Amino acid sequence: MLVVSAFVVVLVGALLLLGIVPSRRRRYRPRETPTWAWRAVLFGGVIFPILVLIALWVLTLRDIRAISATRASGLTVAVTGHDWWWEVRYPKQNIVTANDIHIPTGQAVKVLLITDDVLHSFWVPQLAGKTDLIAGKTNVMWLQADRPGVYRGQCAEYCGLQHAHMAFYVIAHPPAEFRSWVAQETTAPASSAAPNLAHGEEVFTTTSCGACHSIRGTTATGTDGPDLTHFGSRLSIGAGTVPNTRGNLAGWIIDSQSIKPGNLMPPIQLSPSDLQALIDYLESLT
Amino acid sequence: MATTVADRLEEIWEEKPGLGSWLDTVDHKRIGIRYVYTAFAFFLAGGLEATIIRAQLARPEETLVRPEAYNQLFTMHGITMIFFFVTPMLFGFGNYFVPLMIGARDMAFPRLNAFGYWVFLFAGLFMYAGYAAGHAPNDGWFNYFPLASKQFSPDINIDFYTLGLIFLGISSTAGSINFIVTIFKLRAPGMSISRVPLFCWAILATAFSVIFALPSLTVANAMAALDRLFGFHFFDVAKGGSVILWQHLFWIFGHPDVYIIFLPAVGIVSSVVPVFSRRKLVGYVWLALATMATAIIGFGVWVHHMFAVGLPSLSLTFFSAASMLITIPSAVQIFAWLATIIGGRPVLATPFLFILGFLFLFVLGGVTGVMFAAVPFDQQITDSYFVVAHFHYVLFGGAVFPIFAGIYYWFPKMFGRMLHQGLGKLSFWLMFVGFNLTFFPMHILGLLGMPRRVYTYPAGLGWDLYNSLETIGAYILALGVLVTVGNFVWSVSMRRGLLAGPDPWGGDTLEWATDSPPPPYNFVEIPTVKSGEPLWDQPELRAMNERVIDRERTLATGHDTLGTTVLDAELESILPMPHGSFVPILAAAGLGLIFGGLIAHLEVVIGIGAALLVGSVLAWFRDQGDV
Amino acid sequence: MSASEQRLVPALPRSPVGAEGGRSTGYWGMVILIFTEATLFAILLTSYFYVRFQGSPVWPPDGIKKPELALIAIMTPVLLLSSGPMHWAELSIKKGNVGRLRLGLLITFLMGATFLTLQGFEYHKSLAEFTPRTDAYGSLFFTITGFHGLHVAVGLLMNLWLQWNAWRGRFSAERHLAVENVTLYWHFVDAVWVFILVSIYLSPHIWP
Repeated sequence: MLVVSAFVVVLVGALLLLGIVPSRRRRYRPRETPTWAWRAVLFGGVIFPILVLIALWVLTLRDIRAISATRASGLTVAVTGHDWWWEVRYPKQNIVTANDIHIPTGQAVKVLLITDDVLHSFWVPQLAGKTDLIAGKTNVMWLQADRPGVYRGQCAEYCGLQHAHMAFYVIAHPPAEFRSWVAQETTAPASSAAPNLAHGEEVFTTTSCGACHSIRGTTATGTDGPDLTHFGSRLSIGAGTVPNTRGNLAGWIIDSQSIKPGNLMPPIQLSPSDLQALIDYLESLT
Repeated sequence: MATTVADRLEEIWEEKPGLGSWLDTVDHKRIGIRYVYTAFAFFLAGGLEATIIRAQLARPEETLVRPEAYNQLFTMHGITMIFFFVTPMLFGFGNYFVPLMIGARDMAFPRLNAFGYWVFLFAGLFMYAGYAAGHAPNDGWFNYFPLASKQFSPDINIDFYTLGLIFLGISSTAGSINFIVTIFKLRAPGMSISRVPLFCWAILATAFSVIFALPSLTVANAMAALDRLFGFHFFDVAKGGSVILWQHLFWIFGHPDVYIIFLPAVGIVSSVVPVFSRRKLVGYVWLALATMATAIIGFGVWVHHMFAVGLPSLSLTFFSAASMLITIPSAVQIFAWLATIIGGRPVLATPFLFILGFLFLFVLGGVTGVMFAAVPFDQQITDSYFVVAHFHYVLFGGAVFPIFAGIYYWFPKMFGRMLHQGLGKLSFWLMFVGFNLTFFPMHILGLLGMPRRVYTYPAGLGWDLYNSLETIGAYILALGVLVTVGNFVWSVSMRRGLLAGPDPWGGDTLEWATDSPPPPYNFVEIPTVKSGEPLWDQPELRAMNERVIDRERTLATGHDTLGTTVLDAELESILPMPHGSFVPILAAAGLGLIFGGLIAHLEVVIGIGAALLVGSVLAWFRDQGDV
Repeated sequence: MSASEQRLVPALPRSPVGAEGGRSTGYWGMVILIFTEATLFAILLTSYFYVRFQGSPVWPPDGIKKPELALIAIMTPVLLLSSGPMHWAELSIKKGNVGRLRLGLLITFLMGATFLTLQGFEYHKSLAEFTPRTDAYGSLFFTITGFHGLHVAVGLLMNLWLQWNAWRGRFSAERHLAVENVTLYWHFVDAVWVFILVSIYLSPHIWP
């Protein structure tokens, strides 16, 4: 497509130049239409485009079929869009996570797309075209990564205030590595004996965190916000807004509004020691 | 004797200066100029919005503009440019020049014309009142649901959108009815269907498109207003409604709308190309048919805006084919114009430069448009900066450049003075370079994964440099526009431009047969047209003001123009034209009060507005005298 | 004008012209307006079918009863037949008969007003069961039929205006463009009713 398009643009540019460069050799018959002119219009305007477009359409048909065809797949991921983060569930494996989508390489993964509120669109350009998340409908698409790596995606349907900060990551693992990720995810983290981590867990469960967030194995079962059971291994905070580091996490907890204004998490007041313990705890949840 | 006739006509048609005349005029030329001024003011507003957007996007994670403000800015930029600039600007040129080109003294319905302008102005003020209220529309110019519902947009932002567009639609509909009937019935005798100037064909195709496309938007917005203001459930999924219904209704209007924008611009191109190539257009019939074909096929492609929604494959393949098909008429037009230029002896004056710019930019935008018809590719690049690049190339390149060509070509006729040619060329080059620097890199950004409608973006994704370049380009483009504004102020307002005379360019259509600016009655006599290029083939028409050819055609006994038959333009009737009237502005004000009362939830205001509207309509029909 | 001066205007009829001398601009204006209005109704009905076939297989949904046809069976002929006297009124004035014009207009008015009154009764019954705020079906039902009713009401107002002018002697065989335009509009409104009848009232009974 690029080659043909470039050809057309260059051709038209050349014809324009031809037209405006004065030439005594061209015959000037201002009231007649010469034969070459009719031929140019017919060939350039009708025949050439029709041929190109037929070819393009045939290729398009082929690709539409390939993309929408049902594929044999062993893995289904259900992605639910929220303002402004992604809930990620693996129904068969009973895994709930957010914003990071782990998949094995070399395999077609079936992705179910649901929205909890407004329209969103799931776009990870290196792996697939985008498919919208439509209220009242479950869309289906397929992802397949042939090489391991981290692939960035971003919401591509304007969804309000923080549409700009609704990214996600698709992390593709070689199959064995993926299986161990699954194993790790399905294990709830044990309550730790280390005092700061225990204190951190206590801060989490006694402050309002559990009203919106869940951590399996604790009393926190909120579902308004992302599941934090394995938060330590997440790549980012706030759906790709900032990398997952201690400093960023501190800033996010104390006042996420200054990082992602308008997001649905209020500022949380904590003493510095409580904050440190909480951060230690959350980052330990790998 | 000719002087006596002209004096009589002057007496019958003159509008005395003053505020009263300013408010009650029904002269298509004054109304046309108003559309042009007002639309251009909205262009500057939309441009200001764009420059703020670009300043915010110049660097990653910039904090110049808060997200609430940004989301209003990009929404209003789109609404302003599409609804309040391009189409009214082109309707303004249409208003001014269609009657002149067809040899008439005014539009078919002069009071409806005035009404259309006032409604446009009031609707624009209504929409911009959103900013003043701190709640301008903020869900993008296509206003998708559920985000636009009361649940997710509880404030009045979206109500400005729905009500404002319904309000504006009244103006567009009125204008379109007027254009169709004018072109059908008011042409000079002898101007048969095959001699109608292509600009008029373009306006005709556009007006029909408005008639059949706009109702879809009106219904969508009415449903949205009913949902939001009265608790209906058209787009409420929980109660059996459908959000995809909004998308279909919007795009059934929205796609023809881009042709409503593009076709009159194409008409300007067809007007300028032959004059500056100094030869007859190649393929008049092809061009007229291509214009109609584009308008018609344009109604069958709307789903290509919805390829990522998850519709059935059968749908996708059909609309993909239709979207590819629509390339053909445009390609025919491009080659017809190219053949005219190559077969002519071009004069590189400012209007022509803007046309050359159009040809290049529109083709570039057109080839990326074909790419979008390929569904799998579309699913990658839709809703990304690639589509932002595409539509700016076809809308800015495809309509704004011709508008600027129209400004430099036609302002001498409208204002009697030439615009400075050196400044014009400077303006062109700044705009051409600035435009490409702004929008070409966006293709790359889209391919790199940058979505559209984002108020900022993270560093380190490889997007930074392109964004910075685009911001620089935008400011160069803005400077180019300001040069034309300055040119107008210097040449016209300050009267430093050369006097234009009736025909500074060697034009072929009838507007060049009269003074610059034309007298209020346009022509001393309504000529008999014998060719598609009357001023080239009938030199006697140039001297009509001095030497009347047929005194009967002066219609110097009344405030009249001629009515002719639709196909062959044979003489049929005398059409009395109304004098100035306050009824149009009062009716428009009544509508304004109704919409204002609706958004402010003030029933009394709605009532007063309705009474004013009904009273005006009754007075309108009284005004007519004999029916 | 002295005898030696030529005519300054051709010998042509002055608009608005009636049946002879071609169609006037006012008539074309009404035609184009009707195109717009027809499109509005087409879009509304298309939306109705879209929501219906995208949504619940039971239609009407939510336990709402299928539309009752008893009142409709009276309303429909009352409205459709009212085109008759309207047409007769137009024919009459084309022949210069003002008396019949007035009578035809009056009969049309009464029939149209009957239609609206019966629609009022129909709404009264329906609203007891569901409203536009109940669900999408309610929104569509009342908006589409209500929009049509509004068009009938506007037509009746125009009819009154015609009657007023007819009694003041404003119409004749030569000048009656307004009668032609309103007649065209009225036939349009009747034709739209046929589509609404079939789509909203009959089709739920035919298509389960």
